[in-house]
Amino acid sequence: MLISMNWIGDFVDLSGLDLPALIQRFTLSTAEVEEIMEMGRGLRDVVAGKILSVENHPDSKKLHLLKVDGGDKIYDVVCGAPNVREGLVVPFVKEGGMAAGQEIACAKIAGYESHGMCCSEHELGISADHSGLMELPEDTPIGRDITEIYAIRDTVFEVDNKSLTNRPDLWGHYGIAREFAALTGRELRPLETVALEAFDGLDPIDIKIEDPDLCLRYTGLKVRNIKKKVSPVNMRIRLFYCGSRAINLLADLTNYLMLEMGQPMHAFDCAKVDRIEVKRFPEPFRFTTLDGVDRQVDENTLMICSGGKPVAVAGIMGGLDSEIEDDTDSLLLESANFDAPSVRRSSTRLGLRTDASMRYEKTLDPEMTVPAIGRFLKLLLDIDPEAQAVSRLTDVYVKHYPAVSLTFDKAYVDRYTGIEIGNDRILDTLRSLGFGAQCQGNSFTVEVPSWRATKDVTIKADIIEEITRIYGYDNFAVSTTVSPLYPQKKSPQNKADNFVKDILVQRYGLHEVHSYIWEDAKACRELGLAPVENVRLLNAQTPDHETLRRSMGPTLLGCVQANRAYGAEFGVFEIGRVCEGLDEEGLCRERKKLGLALFSRVRSEKELYFQLLGILKDLAQSVKRADLAFANGEALYDWQHPRNTAFFSCGGEELGWLCAVKPSVVRRIDKKAAVVCAQLDMDAFAALAPQDLSYREPSRFPGIDMDLSLLLPDGMRYADMEPAWAGAGPELAGVSLIDSFTQNGRRSLTLRFAFSSQEKTLSKEEVQPVVDGIVEMLAAAGAALRG
Amino acid sequence: MKEKIEALRQSFEQELQKAASSDAVEKLRVAYLGKKGSVTELLKGLKDVSAQEKKELGQHVNQLKKQVEENLARQVEAIQAAEEQREIDSAEQYDVTLPTAGAKGSYHPITIVQRQLEEIFVSMGFTVEDYPEIVTDYECFEAVNVPKDHPARDMQDTYYLENGQLLKTQTSAAQNAILRKYGAPCRAIFPGRCFRNEATDASHENTFFQMEGVMVDKDISISNLIYFMKTMLSEVFERDVKVRLRPGFFPFVEPGFELDINCLICGGEGCSTCHHSGWVELCPCGMIHPNVLKMGGVDPEEYTGFAFGLGLTRLVMMKYGVKDIRDLNSGNLKALGQFVHE
Repeated sequence: MLISMNWIGDFVDLSGLDLPALIQRFTLSTAEVEEIMEMGRGLRDVVAGKILSVENHPDSKKLHLLKVDGGDKIYDVVCGAPNVREGLVVPFVKEGGMAAGQEIACAKIAGYESHGMCCSEHELGISADHSGLMELPEDTPIGRDITEIYAIRDTVFEVDNKSLTNRPDLWGHYGIAREFAALTGRELRPLETVALEAFDGLDPIDIKIEDPDLCLRYTGLKVRNIKKKVSPVNMRIRLFYCGSRAINLLADLTNYLMLEMGQPMHAFDCAKVDRIEVKRFPEPFRFTTLDGVDRQVDENTLMICSGGKPVAVAGIMGGLDSEIEDDTDSLLLESANFDAPSVRRSSTRLGLRTDASMRYEKTLDPEMTVPAIGRFLKLLLDIDPEAQAVSRLTDVYVKHYPAVSLTFDKAYVDRYTGIEIGNDRILDTLRSLGFGAQCQGNSFTVEVPSWRATKDVTIKADIIEEITRIYGYDNFAVSTTVSPLYPQKKSPQNKADNFVKDILVQRYGLHEVHSYIWEDAKACRELGLAPVENVRLLNAQTPDHETLRRSMGPTLLGCVQANRAYGAEFGVFEIGRVCEGLDEEGLCRERKKLGLALFSRVRSEKELYFQLLGILKDLAQSVKRADLAFANGEALYDWQHPRNTAFFSCGGEELGWLCAVKPSVVRRIDKKAAVVCAQLDMDAFAALAPQDLSYREPSRFPGIDMDLSLLLPDGMRYADMEPAWAGAGPELAGVSLIDSFTQNGRRSLTLRFAFSSQEKTLSKEEVQPVVDGIVEMLAAAGAALRG
Repeated sequence: MKEKIEALRQSFEQELQKAASSDAVEKLRVAYLGKKGSVTELLKGLKDVSAQEKKELGQHVNQLKKQVEENLARQVEAIQAAEEQREIDSAEQYDVTLPTAGAKGSYHPITIVQRQLEEIFVSMGFTVEDYPEIVTDYECFEAVNVPKDHPARDMQDTYYLENGQLLKTQTSAAQNAILRKYGAPCRAIFPGRCFRNEATDASHENTFFQMEGVMVDKDISISNLIYFMKTMLSEVFERDVKVRLRPGFFPFVEPGFELDINCLICGGEGCSTCHHSGWVELCPCGMIHPNVLKMGGVDPEEYTGFAFGLGLTRLVMMKYGVKDIRDLNSGNLKALGQFVHE
């Protein structure tokens, strides 16, 4: 919203103050100012000039040669405006002067020297009208500076509308002026209005509110004999500076009133609208709003009707048929208050957001409707004294907001602020903002003014805001708390997340990435991944992003594919959320998962697979000192490798899966690469109780290693051999894999058995019987010693 | 005998001069001190002289032996030092400016800044909480005092799911649960991912991180809030940052503030990042609304508290000069691979 400081000056005298500094203060105490604009600063030596003579240019149909009286001398001017004529008084920029920020120098135009320029309103920066020269009244003193004739110089600032959402009272200049009064300690002048009681003897308007839930108040007045059609220049300048377009006197006045008081008004042509019904229609219908758009209006939209015929969308926009036209001389003035949520919903449904609807959405003060009419009439009569009220003020007041009265004591204020703000200062601040405030001892009673009582100020904490914002947060002494400190333990989740990230980044050189909680259907299609059924968003930006992801796999495969040029090999991981469908109560089963993917163009899939296997085991060991159990299983998703998908668990708790990727998908990622993938359930992982470390005293005696090379029968896994040494006794300190290869279709493993004793140096002879026992059991299981 | 000793001493000194390698010195040692060395022979010869002579000659011979031993050792040392010097002189001097192999892993920059913040807050007695991303209308709005008709609940801002749940629009969605979990007093931060249904561009993302914090106790004040915010930001940016508070409206707080920090790009002079205002909006905050405390099971007459919702993503962008917010969720390792440090 744009605010004119000249306008503010009507209500509070800010003379002698540094306006830009004051506007900054407004940001800190009231609402955010986005921009400050100095208006009329691009004008210099622009005066009222009289066109003494007009001659046609010999070579141009458009141009004229003028003699212009600039007050100090007569200027020769070449002018191309269509409305030049002898005797016309216009704004005139003397040679060397400035208009619209451009210096006007002596220039040769089509062969003739021009020593100045006659201006349009647009060139003065006071309207968008550049159709012709601005015509000044004949009696304007010639040679007088234009900025002394009209209020062209102004400081205008723009307030961020969002920061006014909760302040219905700030949607007009008067409310803003109240803030400036409070900030400067200066007096706020009352609004000048016409006393409307004078018309009590006239007939009322027929106003029926059929939907009392949606219309809080409807106030109307009929006025006739309006002869003036054009608004005064100063009024048009203010409207223009505040972003409104001058139309005609009556339309301008309703806009002016709205910008001044924040009360939207509507002027109906009395010839077309002489009674009012406020209601909804049972069936949807078509209605043309005054912007000329034919709209579908549904049965939830509140309408203003006259004699059963809709004439306006309540609180949003009037209808084209009842619009004020240039020959309108009588009007029915509407000053009403509508239910805020209803206006907002209607405006959203219609896709029509107007200055009026924007204000109604904020829950305006219904007390405003009557003074707004008094003010309208005052402004109208000042401009057009012949105008006449022809009805009594008709006011249907359906719903009053309850008066809000709050009590609190000084200790409450102290506790909230943490600083000392004196009782007098509290009272002064609240009173300057229009609150009725009393103080007895240290206890305060505050009456909230109606313009703050619609929703904005309802509890005593709201009063704290009023006191502190005017006091200024910059003036606060800053202090730490006195509350006691307690040691804080990190949650197991937080610990696990951080530990896992550290291991993956620092030990394995993987890269952490972030993605989205929904599946990227487009990326999946490109990789040839079948779409997964899952919970959907109702309002995704694109259908490609509407299904929540069920696993981290597709996201990471997409990421790997996008990065395939990053290096010959790399790995990525993400700790993120997935949704595993709905639970019994219909709520999403959200799980936190670690997803991992490795990519290589230099190593085999098998090598990658075992690296990933090792990483998973390491995570379990390092974070929980736990061992994972792996088992091959059936692929969960179509992109997983049917032979090489494995599941892992810890102590019976299922934790996740590890897989190679189906060859066709790998080829789409990269023709020459291998890709493997895994997922670990971080919720379940974090919940595992960490195993205690069982420290083993290191043996003081040298141990002895015995190697066995074994030929394995088809299908035999390492785990199938483990029972062979399970009972080998405490002297078998460890078994490790030394070599593994496949020859003539048979798998061969070389295992190293490390023996050591706490009591003595073991000799080969001492361990040989144990080794023989192992060999015997292995042979029984089918694994023979290699020749 | 004396003459013999003296002659031996002189011949040793002469030969030692010539011994220029470790081998030559070893030979010399064997020749003089070995089992059949000349000094050893002399010592053996002592048994043939009279007891009186033995004492005197013995001294002489031992003196010679000692001298030989010492000089040999010195010579060995000198030779070894010379050899090492030759080795050093002929060694290749490595080009330390050569590029080295090995790209290392990287943390997501959100992780880096989040950890930094966690560390600061943990040191000030805050716990770190985790919270789901898919929440109910009650958690996200109702329990934090967002009225039924608030625009934030509109479809255009919030992602709704077909089962009636929604993706949390702000970390405040966790406030109620955390107040209920800890009661008062309570100090907690809860970082998390938030979602807004909007079109993305260089400065808008539909998926971003915030870090919410609450502190509830008897007599928590606005003054305390400013202190904690200022301390935290100074720690994050590792310098004294200027902050300012101005009124801001958020249903979960009363009074509510927008916290701006002095633009770090231009130092407050005004630049395009701060829209020439010198200030950058960073963190909505405020005193927790009495209704929110009440719904969290905390008596607002007894306790007050502050809450803040720090834009973690915004902070990362400011700290590292990331210009396009979409880089953060892009998974692009050319961007993310740079954050190798913790």
